[in-house]
Amino acid sequence: MANKMNKPTMNEDKYAPLLSPWRVKAKISLIFFVILFFLIYSSEQTGVNFADLIWGLSNMGQIFDKLFPLNFDVLGPAFDRLFETLHMAIIASTFSTLIVIPVSLLAAHNITSNWLVYNTTRLTMNVLRTIPDVVLAVIFVGIFGTGVFGGIVALFIFSLGILAKLISETIESIDMQPVEAMRASGANTIQAIAYGVAPQIMPQFTSFSLYVFEINVRASVVIGLVGAGGIGQLLMNQFSFNNYGAVMTIIIVIFAVVILIEYISGKIREAIL
Amino acid sequence: MSQQLPPKKPRTPKQIARNIAIALAVLALYIWTFVSINIDWGRVLDRFTSNYDVVLPQLFSPNWARAGEVVEMMIETIFIAYAGSLAAAILAVPLGFLAAINMTNNRFLTTFGKWILSGVRAFPEIILAILFVVAVGPTPFAGILAIAIGSTGMLGKLYAEVLESIDMNVVEAMQANGANKIQIMFHGIIPQVIPEFLSYAIYRFEIDVRASTILGYVGAGGIGTMIFFAYSNRNWNDMGMILLVIIIVVTIIDYASTYIRKKIV
Repeated sequence: MANKMNKPTMNEDKYAPLLSPWRVKAKISLIFFVILFFLIYSSEQTGVNFADLIWGLSNMGQIFDKLFPLNFDVLGPAFDRLFETLHMAIIASTFSTLIVIPVSLLAAHNITSNWLVYNTTRLTMNVLRTIPDVVLAVIFVGIFGTGVFGGIVALFIFSLGILAKLISETIESIDMQPVEAMRASGANTIQAIAYGVAPQIMPQFTSFSLYVFEINVRASVVIGLVGAGGIGQLLMNQFSFNNYGAVMTIIIVIFAVVILIEYISGKIREAIL
Repeated sequence: MSQQLPPKKPRTPKQIARNIAIALAVLALYIWTFVSINIDWGRVLDRFTSNYDVVLPQLFSPNWARAGEVVEMMIETIFIAYAGSLAAAILAVPLGFLAAINMTNNRFLTTFGKWILSGVRAFPEIILAILFVVAVGPTPFAGILAIAIGSTGMLGKLYAEVLESIDMNVVEAMQANGANKIQIMFHGIIPQVIPEFLSYAIYRFEIDVRASTILGYVGAGGIGTMIFFAYSNRNWNDMGMILLVIIIVVTIIDYASTYIRKKIV
């Protein structure tokens, strides 16, 4: 905007209305009031008011009485279950990174020229991504019974949706000239993908796989709450027994591990990209 | 055919040793994983054969009779997400400024801000929801607090990145002309970051709608409460209805948010 004001041109009149302050002000005020209206409306609908907030904050002292002292007896089982959670995340991430290769190729419009296949894959992946991890876990625990397996399948589907989107977008943004040159000199589709596409997306592919592993560690904690194994299951048990000291201990363990894994994975990703 | 491929880059012994070490570490990780994971295949297979023709058909024939109730709870979910993300969008501004090095000019403060933000980000929303349900009781308010705190971590980090990438020439020019801190803030910094801040806040709202659908599972209000009851009663028709509403609403919000964000930035 500032540049336009410095260099008056013949067309200046055309842009002038946009710069008129009262219009901008009216627009901003309107947006502000719409946002405020929705806030008041949603606070009313969810039964929140400032009295609640003050009351809630004054109760924050009580939360510490409930959550402390920590219960260290739970540490042994917590670490066993924590490793189970990590195993679930590792297995699910591995399989989804393998399966996502064909899926993301099918969901990239510069590789898949068939309109129907491209759109079907895209739509399926978009729908998969809208389902919350816990709901997936509920369904697969319903099918496979409580335990690790249902959790792994849920994590697999969950991370497949995320990875497919990230990687197909990366594939769509690659330089197509090497691929075309290879096709012109007689490479078949597999060769063109292996030597034309794969080298271009390799760094992002590795980085996204690690990112999905991070997400899976966090999600596998969460899906444990519905009985899909891992540390989340232990957390939910202690929570339903109102054993808050143990709940806090488990939360601290989760917190430490999530931070640690994000730190390691972040360092690896920095080194790759 | 192989001799027609371009020659490979020669590798130094150090690189080879490093690659072997990485490969061994990964291999060890996988062996550890697959050895210690205990999947009771017999039980899985048994449950699968007895369940799949019950669960899946029921899931795909949603219980339309409860559609009204489900939509009502979904609206409550959206309200939770809205109030939570708005609170986060505001809370994240000071934290974002704290974590941006060009705003504080103080390495210690910035590192401190970054640590707070990544600490907050490490908590999954539903864990925060558990904490707040303990603190303020099983109400939607607990859900709003969980969303607000959970989103602040990510928004603060993104805000800090936006602030670090602004054009500091504007700020310096204003300083040279004798503007005070507040003037620089309102005329030099805020106009540059408002579109990105808004865009990220809307993006976070999109994520929060998804996240708040499950908060009810621990009693923090919204559609998650229905998920909990449908799951406890193994009522897969209801679950199908809930799932359908979630998919439709989340898709609509995704598209709307993408459209608005394209308009803003």
